[in-house]
This record gives sequence, structure tokens and C-alpha cells, in this order.
Amino acid sequence: MPNSIPDDSIGLVSPETHHFDQAITLEGGFTLPEFGLIYETYGELNTNHSNAILVCHALSGDQHVAGYNSLEDKKPGWWNAYIGPGKPFDTDKFFFICCNNLGGCKGSTGPMSNNPTTNKPYGRDFPIVTVSDWVTTQAMLADKLGINKFVAVIGGSLGGMQALQWAINYPNRVQHSIVIAAAPKLSAQNIGFNEVARQAISSDPDFHDGHYYEHNVIPRRGIKLARMLGHITYLSDESMRAKFGRELREGKINFNFETEFQVESYLRYQGESFVDQFDANTYLLMTKALDYFDPAKKHNDNLAEALKNVLARFLVISFTSDWRFAPERSREMVKALLDTNKSVTYSEIKANQGHDAFLIPNDDYKNILYSYMKHVEDSVE
Amino acid sequence: MKSIRAELKTIANWIKPNSRVLDLGCGKGELLSYLQESQNVTGYGVEIEQDNIVASIDNNINVIQADIEQGLIGFEDNSFDYVIMTQTLQALRNTDVILEEMLRVGREGIVTFPNFGHWRSRLNILFGHMPITKALPNTWYNTPNIHLCTLIDFEDLCKEKNFKILQRSIVDRQHRNNAFNNLFPNLLGEIALYRIQKL
Repeated sequence: MPNSIPDDSIGLVSPETHHFDQAITLEGGFTLPEFGLIYETYGELNTNHSNAILVCHALSGDQHVAGYNSLEDKKPGWWNAYIGPGKPFDTDKFFFICCNNLGGCKGSTGPMSNNPTTNKPYGRDFPIVTVSDWVTTQAMLADKLGINKFVAVIGGSLGGMQALQWAINYPNRVQHSIVIAAAPKLSAQNIGFNEVARQAISSDPDFHDGHYYEHNVIPRRGIKLARMLGHITYLSDESMRAKFGRELREGKINFNFETEFQVESYLRYQGESFVDQFDANTYLLMTKALDYFDPAKKHNDNLAEALKNVLARFLVISFTSDWRFAPERSREMVKALLDTNKSVTYSEIKANQGHDAFLIPNDDYKNILYSYMKHVEDSVE
Repeated sequence: MKSIRAELKTIANWIKPNSRVLDLGCGKGELLSYLQESQNVTGYGVEIEQDNIVASIDNNINVIQADIEQGLIGFEDNSFDYVIMTQTLQALRNTDVILEEMLRVGREGIVTFPNFGHWRSRLNILFGHMPITKALPNTWYNTPNIHLCTLIDFEDLCKEKNFKILQRSIVDRQHRNNAFNNLFPNLLGEIALYRIQKL
């Protein structure tokens, strides 16, 4: 964009990085000798440091949630529709933080970073990170920023899983957990889609077993395919029909294998433009974090048991046309919270955009958030 | 304390303090909000309408968006002290199934509904019309009330289903209770309130 910054936008923002000199041992047993997290903040932290909200990003998201990093940016941050002055997540009232998760490719330590033991990029040697590892490192960042307790931890999709994990790992540090379009664990179908994406990347001849940086190439075909596949799961049958139908680019079929249908052209474009924005190794890591997420596992597969010590109040939101993490998956979390007598409100928003609906403006969704956020505001101490 | 319909006050009197309550078709959440304040209950409302979900959040109650016609599959047996359903029974398709579900999930059920046996309804029918009264304000073709019953009908159903009636209260449309109502409840009561249990 933008010739001028819209009034309801937080405006120009720039990220900061915090470097941690201490080693951290991850859930998988691997140790990183040091790491850094890049993050953005919006709004003012109050004097009690009690109005902070942690935003957790999803698979291909990053620390840039709202506003613009420069006047040359074509688009604002990924949740700009919901975070800003006077918006449901109101930057006039709260202090928002979002960091690029460990293993990411937007400035936090990840596979593209230098491995101090080899002085080469980590590449495939970057250890597997889990949702719990992200929560741990986000808590370390909160400590550095002087935030003992978040008035809310919020996120959609994989971000919602972090919001759930936060309430479990740090019951005293989260007052409200807002879990949107998420699931308490992946289904076999979800894992299947992730595996196809991983195979697309790792079977690309340019992948070089994850050390493609050294060869000055990127596995373009692999990332593109992974993104095209992922993109289909973010949309719904209905929204794809409405957007593309069977529309042909040239108005007729040509009996060849060129891009003929509009939907093919759209998916190719989405895949192509992702290649230069996202690192293949990070994509692999994020899909593994999704596959492994299962907070009930340590508790005999009993989610209610996993949530027993949770103190946060929960708002759970799903979208009717989301088949990646369908409403039933949200209801599993709601049921576990009910069974342990936790405070939970659940709304199933009518939306036809599929999983992507959590990012898209929608009045019903906004109204739920506006009303719930009044309680979050009341919780600011 | 905010002003509240007498029907809701009666329900509050029936409910033991600190109990766990499920309110089916909770509307804007007024009853649960009142019970949270007056009886310190832990409660959840179940509601389908989007605007009512927002209003329930505004009323500071826990509300779950769901269609109770689909049953109460998300709720464990005997997981609530009371399952309440006010002025909803008559608008359900599977009334008897939901009553059974209420008493599966709750140790006791509380239901309220408009009494179709009230003399005004009877008079309307006598003159050849489906009743339109203050308690039943809709015309026959657009009413949400598809399963209307009289007190006697409801009590027959309870007998058939082996539900024990623990308490009954009959009120007029101002939700007042008076001696006349109790003398000829099926004729004079406009709103019926029952507290029931599985035998």
C-alpha cells in the first residue's frame, strides 16, 4: 500500500530482537546454545504491566501482526483486520506482543541462522521445536519485557494451540485464553496433509537434505506444491466454488496441460509467491510442531485431566465451513473445559471461507470479540 | 439486584446455593446471571442464536453455542445439579427426547412452559380460533411453539417417562402466583414451572 496509512491502522511499526545468551533444552532433548526472538509490539504497556496480550502466530505467520513495516508494504500485518485502534483487539487499551516463533524464518533463530558449532546455517540440523517450546521461549521473552502475567493469550489455528498450551503450562500467567479455529490435536487426515507437504519439499532435487543454502538454491517446486496443497485446506469447497467455479482463463478448454482453470492459476500464483517469502526447513518444522501437538497425551489422552490446573477463562471460536480444524474439534476442547468446571464460552461463527475465516472481517466474529474483550479489560489489574 | 421476572425468582428459590447449573436455550443469559449473583451457582448456558450469544457474554455468563435439538452429546451423565429449560420446551421438535437428555445430564430438571389449558386458550378454541394470548402471542402459521401442552398433558408425559414431579408452581402472565391459580391450575395458570427427577 499505502499512499497514506488508514486511520484504523496502528500505522508504521518496526520489529525488535531480543537475544538470549543462555542455552535452552528443547522438549525433544536437543539443546540450542543461544537464540534470538524477533517481535513487534503495539499499544502502551500500563504502569502495572497488567494489560499485555500475547498474540501467537500460525504456520506461515510471523511477528508482523498489524500495521505496516514500511510505506512500500503492499499489505498490512496478517491480523490487521482485528488488531488496531478501536478494533476488537484494541491497541488503545492493551499492549500486544507477537514474536516470530523459534525455528521461524522471519528473524528469530531458525534453520537459516548460523549454527555456532559449524559456522554454517543450521539447515536440517535445526532441532525439532514443539508448541510447548514456543510457549517456554515466549515466556522468557515476557520475562525480559517485565511482563509477569498476560491478561490474554490469543491465537488462531496453530496460534490457538499455543494459547491453549499457555494456559496449561503457566496457569498463573494467563488470565484469558482465546483459542480460535484450532484443535486439541491433529487428526490422521491433518497429519496426512502435512506429510504430503513435507514429501513435496524433501523430494525436490534442490532440497539437498535440508542444506540447500550451501548450494545457493531453494527447493522452489517443493515449497510451491506444499503451499498449493495447504491453501486448498484453508479454503472451503463453497468459497472456492464462489471464487472460481469452473471458470476458464481463455473461456474454452484447449485439450492440453496448460493452466486452464482459474483455480489452477490462483493456486500456482499462491504457491509461487510463497516460495520467496518462506523457508522450506521452517515449513517442515512448523508442520512437525502441528503433528506433535497433543497436550492430553501426557495425561492418558484425557484432555480434561490436562486442563485440570488451568486458571484462565476461555473463549473458544470456530467457523462453520472450516474443515481443516472443524467446529467439532473446538467442541472437544469446550467439552474438556466443561468437564473440569472451567470458565468457557464457545461460539460457532457462520462463515463460508473455511479455515481462513479467522483472518477475514466478519461482523458476528467481531461482535463476539468486542463483547468478550470487555471482560478482558475488566481483568486488567 | 436487577429486576427479574417472577418465574426466574421461583426457579432461584428452587435451586440450592453453589450448585452447577446448565440452562438450555438460555437466551440473553438473564436467568444464569441472576443465579450466579443470588445463589453463587457455576453455570453454563446453551444457546443457538448469535445475537443471544453476544448478549450472554455481555451478561457475564459462560455460554456455549449449540443446537439443543441435536441432543446434549457434549455433556456427561449427571454432570449438573440442575438442567433448566425456560419457555423452550414447546418450541422443540423432539420434546420428549430432550426431556430425557435433561435428566441424563442433570440430577434434576426444571422446565417452564405456557399452559395451553388456560381458559383464554380454551375460549379462543371454543370460538373457532387458534389461541392468541399474551403468553402465546403468535399466529398459528408463524408460531415457534409447535409442541404446546396443558399441565395435565405434561404430567401424563412425566408419568409415562417415569419422571417424578418434585415441585410445581403455576403463575399468571405477570408471573404472579395466587390462590385461584392453585385451585384450578390447568384452567387459571398461564405459565407452568416444574422441577422433575428421574425415578
